[in-house]
Amino acid sequence: MEFKGIAHKFGDDVNTDYIISGRYKFKTLDMKELARHVMEDLDPDFYSKVNKGDFIVAGKNFGCGSSREQAPLAILNADISAVLAKSFARIFYRNCINTGLALIECDTDQINEGDELEVDVEKGVIRNLTQQRDIPVKPLPRFMLKILSDGGLVEHFKKHGTFNFD
Amino acid sequence: MGMTITEKILAYHAGKERVEPGELINCRLDVVLANDITAPVAITEFEKLGLNEVFDREKVVLVPDHFTPNKDIKSAEQARYVREFARKYGIINYFEIGRMGIEHCLLPQEGLVLPGDLVIGADSHTCTYGALGAFATGVGSTDMAAGMATGEAWFKVPETIKFVYYGKMPRWLSGKDLILYTIGDIGVDGARYMAMEFTGEAIRELSMDNRFTMANMAIEAGGKNGIIEPDEITLAYVKQRAKRPYRLFQSDPDARYAEVREYNVSRLEPQVAFPHLPENTRPVSEAQGITIDQVVIGSCTNGRLEDLQIAAGIMKGKKVHPEIRVIVIPGTQEIYLEALRQGLVEVFIEAGAAVSTPTCGPCLGGHMGILAKGEKALATTNRNFVGRMGHPESEVYLASPAVAAASAVLGRIAAPWEVIK
Repeated sequence: MEFKGIAHKFGDDVNTDYIISGRYKFKTLDMKELARHVMEDLDPDFYSKVNKGDFIVAGKNFGCGSSREQAPLAILNADISAVLAKSFARIFYRNCINTGLALIECDTDQINEGDELEVDVEKGVIRNLTQQRDIPVKPLPRFMLKILSDGGLVEHFKKHGTFNFD
Repeated sequence: MGMTITEKILAYHAGKERVEPGELINCRLDVVLANDITAPVAITEFEKLGLNEVFDREKVVLVPDHFTPNKDIKSAEQARYVREFARKYGIINYFEIGRMGIEHCLLPQEGLVLPGDLVIGADSHTCTYGALGAFATGVGSTDMAAGMATGEAWFKVPETIKFVYYGKMPRWLSGKDLILYTIGDIGVDGARYMAMEFTGEAIRELSMDNRFTMANMAIEAGGKNGIIEPDEITLAYVKQRAKRPYRLFQSDPDARYAEVREYNVSRLEPQVAFPHLPENTRPVSEAQGITIDQVVIGSCTNGRLEDLQIAAGIMKGKKVHPEIRVIVIPGTQEIYLEALRQGLVEVFIEAGAAVSTPTCGPCLGGHMGILAKGEKALATTNRNFVGRMGHPESEVYLASPAVAAASAVLGRIAAPWEVIK
């Protein structure tokens, strides 16, 4: 899982209601439609700014709040390749792995809005091409990487016929 | 080295003698829960797996509570999807409108969650059941789908923070105030990935309804679970409801904690969380005078009988302030009926409040009390994020039922002793 794109920066404690507001998230199971409203209350133009492969880059506790998977699914369907944050709320973290949205914990102070990044999730490498430096990464546990690289928990099950993670 | 109650429950369900924080384990599940918002996504994922049955028709629990009674055609379609799944797979614990309630009020009431259980729910406030001495945590719909299929889920064993509450609870102080104060102290990610164990003499004196409120908001500090060791109060609650055996776990005296925090409750004031995070807490004396447009008394946090009794005790013989509206939402049909029998509903209606059928409704900005631009609400709910109860430029203050009822009468944020001298 290697990605290249532009960083879109956000602050601390971005909750799931910011990621996709309750006004939309129950109305439809069409994730492409939901994706149009992703991060809308923080940045009304966000969806139109994103190009395929771009990154959401945030501070601490990204994804706090509700357990609804509409949050990572809306991000995935907005063509964001990965979320980089100082830390993640735990249900959101789990949901990303399970739905196949790549996420990485790292010091995001080393990334500015608009920086071009190259990210290798499996190897745990973030290269800030704009600032010409590598950012150290806390790698994902091996079995989570396996679920992620299979495309999420359901695809993982279909491939292996079990949820045994060894 | 001993183990905490959280570690013991996880070890038991993983079939292990002991577990260590940080360890990844696979656990058997006693209950797998979802609601009308999270179940549809879980069902879609479940059906991709191509299985003919769920792992246990009794252990899968489905409660349409968020957008019910259905507020529009789309929510009706989602509810129908869940209902049809429940029929197709013979789900025994599916709760229909009129026989249901807010999931986290309903499951303990029905004896579906018991001490020592391991529960996952596709709803972040699943942590409520920790009040019974169970390990309960919120997950997403895909984990729910996997849980329905296999009856198992993986966990990383969390470290535990121990919160010790000592001293005597002042008259108007409640479990809501203790948990708001705690979140204010450690912040909305203060217990991220961790277990929160609530203990101490003040907790031992707390009623079950107050304990549910505390465990319910563990997630608002980022906690994986909130938990209270079972005691006589737990057993008195559980005995009349349990239809199967259960296990009582206690933390060992030499259990290891990442941190121990102590609070003296005897001088604590009722708390109010200001917009837009539950950690923005202040004593009610610093919030008095803030005008509001709406009061909501209800939710999985504070929609239980004792919450309604306290609110009615303050509102009895009084009127809702002419410039505001008050919405009271009993947590379950049983609570609603008991509130009727005890004359509480009469108190609310005579005061000029609206009383609704059980629903999550306004708490998540769903229906039954959405705020317009610039409006302010004081609610007994659990989150006050931007736009949570409606327009992105509306505001929510969080507080206890006592503060909510006093505010309803005075039309501004008020302390209960301003109304009941």
